[in-house]
Amino acid sequence: MVRRSDILDETGMRRALVRIAHEILEKNHGLEDVVLIGLRNRGDHLAHRVAGYLREIEGVTVPVGIMDVTLYRDDLMHTSHWPEVQATDIPFPVEAKHVVLIDDVLFTGRSVRAALDSLMDFGRPRTIQLAILIDRGHRELPIRPDYVGKNVPTSRSEEVLVLLKESDGRDTVLVRDIGGAG
Amino acid sequence: MTWTRTDLLGIEGLEPGEITELFDTAANMKEISSREIKKVPVLRGKTVINIFFESSTRTRISFEIAEKRLSADSVNFSASGSSLSKGESLIDTARNLEAMSPDIVVVRHSCPGVPHMLANRLDCPVINAGDGAHEHPTQALLDAFTIRERMGRLEGVCVGIFGDVAHSRVARSDMLALSKMGARVIIGGPPTLMPLEAHSLGVEVVGRLEEMLPEVDVLIMLRLQLERQKQALIPSAREYAVMYGLNPARLKLAREGVIVMHPGPINRGVEISPEVADGPCSLILDQVANGVAVRMALLYLIAGAAAKARAGEGAPRIWREGDAATTPRAARKRRREEERGG
Repeated sequence: MVRRSDILDETGMRRALVRIAHEILEKNHGLEDVVLIGLRNRGDHLAHRVAGYLREIEGVTVPVGIMDVTLYRDDLMHTSHWPEVQATDIPFPVEAKHVVLIDDVLFTGRSVRAALDSLMDFGRPRTIQLAILIDRGHRELPIRPDYVGKNVPTSRSEEVLVLLKESDGRDTVLVRDIGGAG
Repeated sequence: MTWTRTDLLGIEGLEPGEITELFDTAANMKEISSREIKKVPVLRGKTVINIFFESSTRTRISFEIAEKRLSADSVNFSASGSSLSKGESLIDTARNLEAMSPDIVVVRHSCPGVPHMLANRLDCPVINAGDGAHEHPTQALLDAFTIRERMGRLEGVCVGIFGDVAHSRVARSDMLALSKMGARVIIGGPPTLMPLEAHSLGVEVVGRLEEMLPEVDVLIMLRLQLERQKQALIPSAREYAVMYGLNPARLKLAREGVIVMHPGPINRGVEISPEVADGPCSLILDQVANGVAVRMALLYLIAGAAAKARAGEGAPRIWREGDAATTPRAARKRRREEERGG
């Protein structure tokens, strides 16, 4: 059951991502050595959008990579659900770069932990920053985002779905009940 | 993930959808081998035993590298220097291995059916790395994967398999895998090296390489097992090279863009000339590189299916309704103990 569907519409999402682009510029004093890595699924589309806004604002093209963290997850042996492995494509060295990881929803922090481990295997970035469209709380690990599109308080029995034009045909964010009556 | 198979004993019985899932996973895992740190932690803490009762270089190393790139602990065990050369029976060896709680066993043996027997005896998944003249499923999968990667598809691709078809487990598994995926398969070779029932295999059969060449998009040359010469199946390796070997002159009969493959190890100048093996048509080294990716994908999927089976979902291999044991492993163990006791 969809509980809320008014969290971010197309305009809201654009504004949030443009603001994140400005914040990335501000924090890094420009775009020198800045690279973006989107986490599958949907973080990759968001990374390309942020790169587009950065190009509009600064006229600079930042490299964009895509990462699938499946093989680094900590819950593989504990769940009956073994996810499909998707392609990772980081066509540039991350050594000494300012890497901005981009994902759609920050929840327990476990996939960000997996992404950090995975990224370290690709090299030694100067900094790793985290950009998130929706922070829904309930962290299980000491991980915090550097850039947040919107904070959305949720209960654990809910699910936050980010739908994007590239993969779902429209831009919207939904909160759904998945825990039955609760 | 829809894969539920906890063993890979042969291509026979695999569904085209399973093969496609394996190939998609392998394609996405290929990139790991190009990283600076060629390792992902997915099988950390899992033990894989590679038991090679028959000699092997490529397949054993390929499995071992695949296991290491997934962070599994791999242990190699070969027939020479093992307790087998001291007269231990296969079943005793299997029981001893089992006592060490491996998570996956990879086995090669000169007798067909050994992987099947081990799969029934052991609690853990078993992968067939070649059993006699029966099957060599991972080789067939990497061959088909290499063709799919190059041609973009398998459906409708015409693949010729030429040489010692009768004694080749690679040929058998290749035929099965490629036919399943919708390729057109033509086999050929000298009459003494062709299976007696060749026409019953559901593939086209020719006698000469020249007949096959104009038809095929892909040509898989099989290794001439030189020991066949002792069995008087061919007059000499040199005559075989002259009559049946793939050389630049014969290759001219083939279509533009034909690709040449070989499961290795190659006999240079016998079934394939060095000019062809090292030439632009050859995908022989791509096959080797893809072998690692395909085996990584297989280990990942099988470990996942085993984890699912342990969690009580999916279909465990031996599992009786109403069994009080909480895991299939315990159920199988109990059943074997009952059999021994009774």
